[in-house]
Amino acid sequence: MELAHSPEEEEFRARLRAWLAEVLPTLPPKPSPGDWPARRAYDLGWQRMLYDAGYAGLHWPVDAGGRGATPTQHLIFLEETEKAGAPYVGANFVGLLHAGPTIAAEGTPGQRARWLPPVLRGEEVWCQGFSEPDAGSDLASLRTRAWRDGDTYVVSGSKIWTSHAEVADWCELLVRTDPSAPKHRGITWLAMPMDAPGVTVRPLRTLAGSNEFAEVFLDEVRVPVANRVGAENDGWRVTMVTLSFERGTAFVGEVVACRRLLRELARAAYDSGRWDDAPLRRRLGRLNAEFRALWRLTQWNVSEAERTGGVPGVGGSVFKLRYSHARQELFDTAAEVLGTGSLDLDHPWVLDRLSSLSYTIAAGTSQIQWNIVAERILGLPKGR
Amino acid sequence: MRFQLTDEQEALRAGVRALLARRFGPDALRAAVGRPGVLDRALWRELGAAGLFALRLPEAEGGAGGGLPEAVLAFEEAGRALLPGPLVATHLAAGEVAGAASGETVVTDVSGGLVEWLAQADVVRGDASGAVPVRSVDPLTPLHRAAKAARGATPAPDPVAVLLTAAEQLGGAARTCELAVAYARTREQFGRPIGAFQAVKHLCAQSLVRVETARAAVYAAAVTADRLDIATARLLADEAAVRGARDCLQVHGGMGFTWESEVHLFLKRAWVRTHRAGLNTYGDDTLAEDLLSGTA
Ligand SMILES: Cc1cc2nc3c(=O)[nH]c(=O)nc-3n(C[C@H](O)[C@H](O)[C@H](O)COP(=O)(O)OP(=O)(O)OC[C@H]3O[C@@H](n4cnc5c(N)ncnc54)[C@H](O)[C@@H]3O)c2cc1C
Repeated sequence: MELAHSPEEEEFRARLRAWLAEVLPTLPPKPSPGDWPARRAYDLGWQRMLYDAGYAGLHWPVDAGGRGATPTQHLIFLEETEKAGAPYVGANFVGLLHAGPTIAAEGTPGQRARWLPPVLRGEEVWCQGFSEPDAGSDLASLRTRAWRDGDTYVVSGSKIWTSHAEVADWCELLVRTDPSAPKHRGITWLAMPMDAPGVTVRPLRTLAGSNEFAEVFLDEVRVPVANRVGAENDGWRVTMVTLSFERGTAFVGEVVACRRLLRELARAAYDSGRWDDAPLRRRLGRLNAEFRALWRLTQWNVSEAERTGGVPGVGGSVFKLRYSHARQELFDTAAEVLGTGSLDLDHPWVLDRLSSLSYTIAAGTSQIQWNIVAERILGLPKGR
Repeated sequence: MRFQLTDEQEALRAGVRALLARRFGPDALRAAVGRPGVLDRALWRELGAAGLFALRLPEAEGGAGGGLPEAVLAFEEAGRALLPGPLVATHLAAGEVAGAASGETVVTDVSGGLVEWLAQADVVRGDASGAVPVRSVDPLTPLHRAAKAARGATPAPDPVAVLLTAAEQLGGAARTCELAVAYARTREQFGRPIGAFQAVKHLCAQSLVRVETARAAVYAAAVTADRLDIATARLLADEAAVRGARDCLQVHGGMGFTWESEVHLFLKRAWVRTHRAGLNTYGDDTLAEDLLSGTA
């Protein structure tokens, strides 16, 4: 057991730091949170800078255009970019972390050549069209239908909670191609162009007042059969490849950011005299332990991925559970420090507190994660 | 970075687990409960011979030349097995008190205003004069309360004692999670194993989440020996052990409330350990103060 980095890893970190110090001052000003086209341009611009410097697709396999970096290098990358205040992955999230890795793992050479380079170069944005009004936790019950018509699928139905749908070029879409098969067996994975006729995007307002996700209505949208990744009716398995990427190192930058915020909170409590409040101070101390431990758990999981050479496994569920609840506790504590200031939407912590409420819902609710841990790790009997 | 057990560490853990399964299995545990206050000196010497106390002594001094990670893994196993005795105090005395390393001498200490196993110890470190016996909540940990004067003068806790205690808590927590899962798979109600019910499933899953998070914290503290890492490890391991035992008890229903089931022994030992080296409010404050310091 060791936590020290190898000389190669330290060299990687040093080069990255030097590069960040050079390029971050050249970034354009951050766009306003409500201006989605500007946010898209900003996020793609950052991705392009990463690409030009050789940091795009760091953790992707080399034959998919990635850098084939080790999980530890990826961890260092996420840690250092966050510490330096670099932009988040933002609108590139689905392309880099869901759709891209799925195509890299399951796509044909032609599909990889068509879709992966634009993601790495920061030219195309993807969104994820999985959830439906009647298929959330029970994703496999999805009902959006696709019929075969020669070389195309004709798709009708609706998706919901689709993040970044308004600014996406492509949607990784799950559709039902065989309604008579058991629910997991009749699903197909398609890459759908968002500008295809019949696609209607209607933004949804989140409780934080922002338009982060949308409803997507599909009315006889024609998608070429060539856009199918994996075999027809094999989409569930293809999707599981994607979902396992959704957990694991996905929160590294956020944990680093939470630890910095915790220091700011303590400082604010000190400056306002609240530091003498022993229960509040103790709550802050416990949060320090919590986020230190989450950082160690990240290092443990990354080392495990490196050892097994594998995709992040169900261990990611353990992390996601602990982290999403810790994040909510962090912002609830921030509210305690702010006092009545916690009711003022102009304070950035207040918006962050609101958005932290999605963490126990998005990408599998906590209840579903507990089921996964109980059934797949602990081997308890499957429920319905 | 390779924050995983090495092959040697895996082997060490397996070795300690096998030794304890052979020498301190469920029957021995029950027998120990039936003979309260008596420490099995033959077992103690075997633990010494196996190197539990001398683990971190240099090989030249008859030790195993191990580090904190090795000690943590061994104490995690001790915690799993609910091994009784002043293990941490004796381990810390190895190389300083004659016979401690080999298991000939049983060493206890004054820690957190309490003395564990005073009547059975050959050597007491700290001032135990005037200590009065307590009717201990844990049948496997006889306790004395130190005299008031000695309590007031408690020195700062030894960080290694805190870390090894956290390792024991981690082992206990992992074991109660396993016991809860094993029971949930076999006990049937309403025609199904109770583990098929989500209310039970989620208790078990939450136990595991606490164990795995505490494990990362405890192992990291063993690697760095950093004061704040140790405080973190302690906080998380105490929580995992106490809540894990509570949830395990709940999963066992009426059986969990019996003397006969071993579940209560895990809970009571976890309680005792939370008081060792002073209550963990010490850790909360240390970790809070750290937030105001300059370094990230
Ligand atoms: C901010 C945000 C962004 C999102 N982005 C996307 C996206 O880009 N693309 C996409 O496809 N989806 C996205 N989602 C959708 C997300 O994956 C779903 O919201 C989530 O899977 C839950 O589904 P649901 O909302 O239908 O809730 P439901 O499944 O209806 O759940 C409601 C409640 O019932 C509980 N529940 C349901 N089933 C069980 C069970 N078996 N056992 C115990 N409890 C149960 C849940 O835990 C929850 O508390 C996003 C969601 C959010 C909040």
